[in-house]
Amino acid sequence: MRILVNGDWRDTAAQLLSAVLEELGYGQSVVTTAVNGEFVATSVRPCTQLAEGDRIEVLAPMQGG
Amino acid sequence: MLHLYESSLNSRLLLGTARYPSPAVLKEAVRTSRTEVVTVSLRRESSGERAGQGFWSLIRELGVLVLPNTAACHSVKEAVTTAHMAREVFGTPWIKLEVIGEDDTLQPDVFGLTEAARILCAEGFEVFPYTTEDLVVAERLLRAGCQVLMPWAAPIGSGRGLNNLYGLTALRAHFPQVPLIIDAGLGVPSHAAQALELGFDAVLVNTAIAQARDPAKMAAAFAQAVESGLTARLAGPIEPRDLAAPSTPVVGTAFTG
Repeated sequence: MRILVNGDWRDTAAQLLSAVLEELGYGQSVVTTAVNGEFVATSVRPCTQLAEGDRIEVLAPMQGG
Repeated sequence: MLHLYESSLNSRLLLGTARYPSPAVLKEAVRTSRTEVVTVSLRRESSGERAGQGFWSLIRELGVLVLPNTAACHSVKEAVTTAHMAREVFGTPWIKLEVIGEDDTLQPDVFGLTEAARILCAEGFEVFPYTTEDLVVAERLLRAGCQVLMPWAAPIGSGRGLNNLYGLTALRAHFPQVPLIIDAGLGVPSHAAQALELGFDAVLVNTAIAQARDPAKMAAAFAQAVESGLTARLAGPIEPRDLAAPSTPVVGTAFTG
């Protein structure tokens, strides 16, 4: 399945958001996620099923004004 | 004391954390500014780089409150989703709500802003809207549930100071009980002092400090300026007048006949 992660296309065999993050190496990083523009809380990542072409955002704390 | 939702603060200076030459300089500027609130943001994190993890550790070490923003959001949808994501990561209901309407000036899209504010306030967020000095927009934001307003002084990063004195003074006069924080466009400490002298409750400064030759020293200068401006406000400044009024008593002046 091909999905878009932070603007880059990725091939993955994983079906769940939590598994994709693990596969991509985010591990225990403090990140927050959205799928197709909708916020997905950490607690529901393990039951969030992904589909071909989904757009995933993985964001982390950053400097801001 | 400055009361922002349920928090009471001593400092009248909020500090942005972007554009510093290094994390060490940022840390020193936070110390010399004596701020109690810093603004933060969210950006895409690559799994290899992990830049955000180090930044978040540094902010937590500082022991200050964080005010996450929705910078770079151009729509209500983007801003609301970013706010949800920020609440999860930063663990605060505070959100500095920015909905940008124009890229050259980074002027707020006040229509999108009021709509996003309505949604987020209804969801329990404590919204700090980045807005203009427009009185009607301010009224709508308050009606939406905002308890703080953040009017711009000038375009973000421009360093031009209080661009529309009349409009900002009118805003202050119309909403005497609402905490008003000047956000964006300040360039030098005298701008901050002027804002406090006019009765604004606090200022948020980023570029003017971060891009100064010596950010820590400039942060200290802004800290002194807001204290000076607040003290002057409390002391009751005189009203400006058009003609001279002699300060030396004229009674008993020699050679007057």
